[in-house]
Amino acid sequence: MAAGLVDYRMPSLGSDMDAGTLVEWLVRPGDRVRRGDIVAVIETQKGAIEIEVFEAGEIAEILVGPGEKVPVGTPLARLRTTISAEGAVAATAAAPAPPAPSAPAPSPKLVAPRHEGGRILASPAARDLARSLGVDLATIAGSGPGGAIVRADILEHRAAPREKKAVGLDLAAMRVAIAAAMARSKREIPHYYLQHQIDVARSEEWLAQTNAERPPADRLLFAVLALKAVALALRRFPQFNGYWRDGTFEPSSAIHVGTAIAIRGGGLAAPALHDVDQLALDELMTRLRDLVQRMRAGRIRGSEMTDATITVSSLGERGVEALFGVIYPPQVALVGFGTIVRRPWLVENAIQARPVVTITLAADHRVSDGHAGALFLAEIGKLVREPEKL
Amino acid sequence: MNENEIRAIFLEELGNVAPEMDLATLAPNADLREALDIDSMDFLNLATAVHHRLGVDIPELDYPKLVTLDSALRYLSGRLK
Repeated sequence: MAAGLVDYRMPSLGSDMDAGTLVEWLVRPGDRVRRGDIVAVIETQKGAIEIEVFEAGEIAEILVGPGEKVPVGTPLARLRTTISAEGAVAATAAAPAPPAPSAPAPSPKLVAPRHEGGRILASPAARDLARSLGVDLATIAGSGPGGAIVRADILEHRAAPREKKAVGLDLAAMRVAIAAAMARSKREIPHYYLQHQIDVARSEEWLAQTNAERPPADRLLFAVLALKAVALALRRFPQFNGYWRDGTFEPSSAIHVGTAIAIRGGGLAAPALHDVDQLALDELMTRLRDLVQRMRAGRIRGSEMTDATITVSSLGERGVEALFGVIYPPQVALVGFGTIVRRPWLVENAIQARPVVTITLAADHRVSDGHAGALFLAEIGKLVREPEKL
Repeated sequence: MNENEIRAIFLEELGNVAPEMDLATLAPNADLREALDIDSMDFLNLATAVHHRLGVDIPELDYPKLVTLDSALRYLSGRLK
């Protein structure tokens, strides 16, 4: 084990990305970094992405400055590591869509732009102000020492929400990225589709009761029941969780659920919520809110864009009853939730008006068959209807 | 707090939820969810912001009362009296 200098390279955040623009460095030469620290923000077709470092060390030299666009794999900085150089090179973020096992260990805490031990750097006065205004510190860029958020940053953020929105999301470029991924999916993946309708009266009642005692900030949405149910069902049906690569299926032990988020004004992304099967519903709700906010503010981390092991989409909000998804390669399945509609439904032997949701599965026939898919959907349906057990 | 202040705060928070929309052209009786393309997460964020700014904790059962700009302002004024 000798100290070595390794290159920290422009990562590939998907097979459709060939270059990225460095927007800003969050570290300077001489700074010590730990595995998983966010060191820079890059601009890609998918918007501004925060990129992490995958090994510990010290920033020796910055090679690419803000505003420069460079191809994937170009050294951005040099890192002085304390582990052997060859191991470290393999650990850089250059591999396209790393499988979950080699992805950085997701932090159990919410990680925001500038953090020390998982904590956002902000002055106490800024924290107070943010709390009183209901502003999420994770969505604010700091201008204080070391990138710390100061009061002025929060006031400016409040004054210019529109301007902030424009940063980091290039919708035309995002359209190109979606086109490339979806065309590849339809070219290569033999999809099959299934649907399953369930009565969600119990889930709705449970949510209404739970939320009745809570202020808005602590309320749950049906979406978290859906996400958790899918994640738990995947433990029993691993053939829907992982990647198809080089002609074989690589199941993933971790369950990272890509969550389709519509971008206002057009566009779509499905960044990952990590280890969803292990999260309590409250924690999952907090993470979902945080993810949606950061996605829309253009502050998504590289690993979140690449390590989802399945995708869940709910177009339901706009009133469609069912959606048949296009699988996001190299994943092998997509679960869709339609809107909850009131329909005549048989309860025992009487027809009643009940809230009904249609759950759909698009899955890769190279990996699984319709029989397994049907059992997987039935398991999701059962779990959604028992929210107290989620 | 008078009605103009409530209106200003509510519109500001609506603007934060739907930043690309031109609220000046929003009809007072239009369904906010349709006119501004607001989903359940957006609406929850709006309710959370209103709670922080105005101290009005909107129960879920009252959500239907905030369907339009007019009805929302009427509801909030009533709660703040």
